[in-house]
Amino acid sequence: MSQRRRSAAAAASAPVKRLGWRWRGSLLLRVVTTTLVIGLGTVALLGAYVNTQIRDGLVETRVDRVLASSAQDAALAQDEINASPAESPADLQDLVLGLFDKLRVLGGGDRGLVMLQDPANDSAVPLAPPVTAEALRDVISDEMRQAVQSGVTQPWQHVALPESGAPGMVVGSPLEIRAAGLYELYFVYSFADEEQTLTLIQRVLALGAGMLVALVVFMTWWVTTQAVRPVRHAARTASRLAEGVLSERMTVRGNDEMATLARTFNEMAESLQRQITRMEELSRLQRRFVADVSHELRTPLTTVRMASDVLYDAREDFPPEVARSAELLTNQLDRFEALLADLLEISRIDAGAARLEFEEMSLADLVRDQMEGMAHAAAAAGVELRLWVGPGEHTASIDRARVSRVVRNLLSNAIEHAQDKPVDVAVASNKRAVAVVVRDYGIGLTPQQAERVFDRFWRADAARTRTMGGTGLGLSIAVEDARLHGGKLEAWGSPGKGASFRLMLPRTSRGLGQSAPLAVMVRESEFAPLGTRTELGPRVPEALT
Amino acid sequence: MSARILVVDDDPAVAEMIGIVLRADGFETVFCDHGDKAVDIFHESHPDVVLLDLMLPGKSGIDICRELRAESGVPIIMLTAKSDTVDVVLGLESGADDYIPKPFKPRELIARVRARLRRNDSASPSTVRTGDLEIDVTGHRVTRDGEVIQLTPLEFDVLVTLARSPGQVFTREVLLEDVWGYRHAADTRLVNVHIQRLRAKIERDPENPEIVVTVRGVGYKAGGVAS
Repeated sequence: MSQRRRSAAAAASAPVKRLGWRWRGSLLLRVVTTTLVIGLGTVALLGAYVNTQIRDGLVETRVDRVLASSAQDAALAQDEINASPAESPADLQDLVLGLFDKLRVLGGGDRGLVMLQDPANDSAVPLAPPVTAEALRDVISDEMRQAVQSGVTQPWQHVALPESGAPGMVVGSPLEIRAAGLYELYFVYSFADEEQTLTLIQRVLALGAGMLVALVVFMTWWVTTQAVRPVRHAARTASRLAEGVLSERMTVRGNDEMATLARTFNEMAESLQRQITRMEELSRLQRRFVADVSHELRTPLTTVRMASDVLYDAREDFPPEVARSAELLTNQLDRFEALLADLLEISRIDAGAARLEFEEMSLADLVRDQMEGMAHAAAAAGVELRLWVGPGEHTASIDRARVSRVVRNLLSNAIEHAQDKPVDVAVASNKRAVAVVVRDYGIGLTPQQAERVFDRFWRADAARTRTMGGTGLGLSIAVEDARLHGGKLEAWGSPGKGASFRLMLPRTSRGLGQSAPLAVMVRESEFAPLGTRTELGPRVPEALT
Repeated sequence: MSARILVVDDDPAVAEMIGIVLRADGFETVFCDHGDKAVDIFHESHPDVVLLDLMLPGKSGIDICRELRAESGVPIIMLTAKSDTVDVVLGLESGADDYIPKPFKPRELIARVRARLRRNDSASPSTVRTGDLEIDVTGHRVTRDGEVIQLTPLEFDVLVTLARSPGQVFTREVLLEDVWGYRHAADTRLVNVHIQRLRAKIERDPENPEIVVTVRGVGYKAGGVAS
């Protein structure tokens, strides 16, 4: 359940992760996005400021003009009424209508006029106050009327005009019409022109801002590309170099910083190529030398080998000293041959000329084969060999010859140093690795010795005799063989308690993994729980063929 | 009549020593110390086994091996001072039946030579069928629909060994022991190379073998049971 939730969360966060990955992965994306955000922010702030300034300026000017003209017209109307001789209601009505038409002409077509009767007016002369449009009556707010009635000079207010919804402004003033009493006169001005102008300016500003941002982003993109392209080119060239295309170079153009980068890069590549070519040449020479030595030494050795065997087979016909000499010759020739083979093998590995032939096989079977092959030698030394095989399969991709040689080496080492005590061998595996541990309970090694045991021609005790005729290179080759498999060979030792060697080989191409199937050192009592004891069958020991 | 062995090796000491060892075991020996003369000497002497060094002055051992194989099924054993995989495989693919890396012991040499001379002469049925092949064991002939297929004695031995126990799986080690006469596990590449060569001759489609079938991880078996 929690796992499902976790995977759902992972699926949800995947696009975010991908985005984050792209963000971190591209300098170009980062720079352009940052520029875009900063540019847009700056332009928006600037635009808002400019817009406010222009609008305020436009409105302020207009309001001043409106107030001036309305004050003038209101004064004119009052003067005309005061100067008129009209007294009768009909004459007063005519006077008001005439005045109204005059004001209309003075104010132009888009100025609205509203005349209202003051609610406190209780005159006996009734007049019908005119308006330019009925809808305008709604525009006059109560606050406006109160302001006019209470005698505020030229009260004004921003309003929204009916129908068009355009912004506008109302200015009020009282009007005393002789016998008809107190009336209110309202001028309604439209700001539609100002709004249009403002919209036009805004549009131009937005266009300008957009182009500016686009230009800045494009410039940033272009400059960054200019800077990034050589870097990308260098990265591509470097990866080609890493893949082994040593002749890969950057193109040098001009004389700027990028050209310097390219030149320096090329010098580095040049030097690398020289070094690698030299190393390859050395390695090739060494391989060639090993092959030549191998051939040149083996040809005479073939004759010597055969001659010595012929002498050895006929030794019974010789006097005792000559017969013993033939024996010594043959025995030492075996040792010499083994030493030569080991020397050639290790130089082949050093020269990187070792080739492995993998086959899928069970390490347990291989170990059992080798133990059966050494049963004779073990019995001769009075050592009991015990094999413990863990549960499950123990297959891995193995170069049979090499791993057999490693196991044989560990076994002969253990038998040689076992001091008549048994030798335990365990095979186990996990998902990633197979392992074999060879444990003896003999003289053992100090930790310092365990560290040096894989060194070439190293001996734990220089004075000790070699009964099994080791060349001193066996463990060095074994550790290389393990390495060639992608595996490990490790040693543990304690003086008087014995020594333990663990060979681990990977089962997949992903390597050994974290956990080991077996510990480097296994106690004697721990072998039985590890796996079942496997009996060793009788077999013709290889040493005799 | 004793078997005649042609020893092709440019090193006089090695050649002489091989001669001493072989003659001591009752073989007759013929020598050749130059690559260009090997094929002519082969024609004159009609040897039963050829011991062939790979590195020779003049014509190389690989080329000689190819030429001999083109005209004869004579057992060829390579002597090689190199044990590099490529050389061994190249030698086997050019037609050699077996190889001995130098230096070798006299007994090993004799054993290999004898193994090549030995014939499948046990008293089992003289005719074996596998798939659509008819194998005349005593007459050393393999036929498909009456048409003779040319096999070298070694390839013939491999086929007969497999065909006599149809369905039984032979590991490479067992085949090495039965056919090549090795007494312990050795280089199983020998088996792989010769199985490939055998398939190229007897299978209708060597990519999808029906007569000599690979059993993954184990070895080989004769697939086509007699119909």
